[in-house]
Amino acid sequence: MTSVRDEPVAVAAARPAAGTRWAPAMRHWVIAAAVAAALVLPLATSSFVTFQITEVIIYGLAILGLNLLTGFNGQFSLGHSAFYGIGAYTTAILMHNYDVAYYWTVPAAGGVCFVVGFLFGLPALRLQNLYLALATFALANAMPQILKFHALEGWTGGVQGLVVDQPDPPDFLSMLSGDQWLYYFTLAVALVLFAVAANLIRSRTGRAIMAIRDNPIAAAAMGINTSLYKTLTFGVSALFTGVAGALGALAVAFVAPDSFTIFLSISLLVGLVIGGVGSIPGCFIGGLFVLYVPNIANSVSTGLAGAIYGIILLLVIFVMPAGAAGFARLAAVRLGRLRRRDIA
Amino acid sequence: MNKLTRRSVLRTGAGFLAFAAPVLGARIARAKNYGPGVTDKEIKIGNTGPYSGPASGYSAVPKSHAAYFKMINDQGGINGRMVNCISYDDAYTPPKTVEMVRKLVEEDGVLLTSATLGTPCNSAIWHYMNQKKVPQIFVATGATKWDDPKGHPWTIGWQPNYQSEGRIYAAFILKEKPGGKIGVLYQNDDFGKDYLKGLKDGLGAKASMVIVEASYETTDPTVDSQVVDMKAKGADIFVNCGIPKFAAQAIRKAAEIGWKPLHVLSSIGNSVGATLKPAGLENAKDLVSDFYVKDATDPKWKDDAGFKTWTAFMDKYLPDADKTDAGNVAGSSLAAMTAQVLKQCGDDLTRDNVMKQVASLHQVSVPMLLPGITANTSPTDFAPLKQVQMAKFDGQRWELFGDLIKGEIG
Repeated sequence: MTSVRDEPVAVAAARPAAGTRWAPAMRHWVIAAAVAAALVLPLATSSFVTFQITEVIIYGLAILGLNLLTGFNGQFSLGHSAFYGIGAYTTAILMHNYDVAYYWTVPAAGGVCFVVGFLFGLPALRLQNLYLALATFALANAMPQILKFHALEGWTGGVQGLVVDQPDPPDFLSMLSGDQWLYYFTLAVALVLFAVAANLIRSRTGRAIMAIRDNPIAAAAMGINTSLYKTLTFGVSALFTGVAGALGALAVAFVAPDSFTIFLSISLLVGLVIGGVGSIPGCFIGGLFVLYVPNIANSVSTGLAGAIYGIILLLVIFVMPAGAAGFARLAAVRLGRLRRRDIA
Repeated sequence: MNKLTRRSVLRTGAGFLAFAAPVLGARIARAKNYGPGVTDKEIKIGNTGPYSGPASGYSAVPKSHAAYFKMINDQGGINGRMVNCISYDDAYTPPKTVEMVRKLVEEDGVLLTSATLGTPCNSAIWHYMNQKKVPQIFVATGATKWDDPKGHPWTIGWQPNYQSEGRIYAAFILKEKPGGKIGVLYQNDDFGKDYLKGLKDGLGAKASMVIVEASYETTDPTVDSQVVDMKAKGADIFVNCGIPKFAAQAIRKAAEIGWKPLHVLSSIGNSVGATLKPAGLENAKDLVSDFYVKDATDPKWKDDAGFKTWTAFMDKYLPDADKTDAGNVAGSSLAAMTAQVLKQCGDDLTRDNVMKQVASLHQVSVPMLLPGITANTSPTDFAPLKQVQMAKFDGQRWELFGDLIKGEIG
């Protein structure tokens, strides 16, 4: 984004390119401060709040997966609840039926979801925009029923779901509570995956992924294998969301088909738009929205929670049409302009 | 330097007592034994329910539950304490239930949860509640697993569970038509499968009487093909375990194709307003079903004392609610049961004592239970309601017949 001085900033901000927008030094400071705050947070709050923030990080990670696909590659998905569910069930089944240690189940869930996502991406190649949204919608709708299917019941526990043991902290960290340990474990996985995503986007591959979004014909003309990149992006996106699902299963300590309905997909999509399409840090803002706004709506009026959620959503979209990330960018630009005026 | 005289010792002692008295007083007050969420003025309890989301049709349960406690508070509370019932929306999603119940237990500090709704939602908090030793009482689901006093001594159900209802249908069929062929329609989820299991267990050696097991998904448009299939295969007994929408479709379709089996309708779908009217009352004649609460649409209860109490409550505290919605009967009954337990606790309002009282209910009746049906529990029996009564539809209303039947799980 080069034309930050022009007026249509909001429009430009909605479709950011890769590259850096802030001064690199300042960006490093902001990231370091955020990580430091995240590290001390569980020591300063109750175990319930720690649990909630763990969930925020998990949703943020799931939204990041969706963002790679929708924000950076331009493919729509209403099916990410299915990948989240597959990740969660992979963890639950491995732990419940095969006594695998919880930390091995997280990469396993990512691997399974990558394969499923890649395979789903193959037929999805033929579908564009709204049609792809419909195909993924079908996937999200089918998932709870597949999980209930009686041939799989021995694995999935059918409608009753599976109980997962919450992981205990390792011996050398025994001063941490279960919630705190899970928080740090989730945070570590999330940090690694966020770093991977940021590097991926800044690499050659990332530029190819975004070129396909911006103009698929031009991208193909430049020699990018569009179908390979699109299916690979589908797989990587599913991997991220699947890892989030695995962590979610550990945090909630229970999986059931009703946890992974189309409503989860819609929540993730809402989080994506609120956080900012095509913004990596914005995913956490999206996670905060997904977890806390229903609670806020509920505390205003239990009976009208759905309506109040809708009103809050409308207000946020009205104030921040390009999501939290776009809002932050716009604010930075305006502040910069003010400062220049002061100097002049 | 003061000498250690008797006077100085006494003076010190008196001074110490003057300072310590409030502390000791507090200790004595504690002898009343309060658990979390309880003071001299208030008892804090909580639950979660589907106020939004796909199952929001059940929201009458938590709403009428909360309204009932409002009535109790207006009448002076329980042993002088107001009941503060905190209810959160979980949109029927287990992860949200976990979050909100943790909030109730860890942040709000409730004494117990009562009438948390939904099988998957209660399953999600089952271990947590038992690990934390928080009473999870009278859950609003009919799954069979809540009756597990050994493994989960902090959780208890309420309504007759689906499996025992299935057994009751089996006993009825074996008596009425022992040589028949059965077609079963059930919902492809926990409660549907519980019915099917109970029915087959009840038939025992004669489980082969079941020749068609047809399931449906709640998202299916119709169940017509399932019904046609049963007739074609020669079934002459129809066990219809659908929720109102599908039960009604099945009744109508059976009449359309001229199939007249012995038709047993499960208690899930036996509402006159929600099922039989849409199906056509003439098509529903001679249907058989089972009941444990009074049908709010049946005029025969209009002089019944319990029904009058309930109607007065509904008129005053939920004037806009639909009385034919069975959720209002369930929610207020669950609240009445909870109030009974809190009353029994007296001034010993600890979590331990709550479970002790829950496990020693003796012939407790609440306004909307059928006459003669009572809740009974013991430390080894966590299924409060076990009895039902069969009824036949005469074209206008359900006519109860026979004795109260007990359907226990063998």
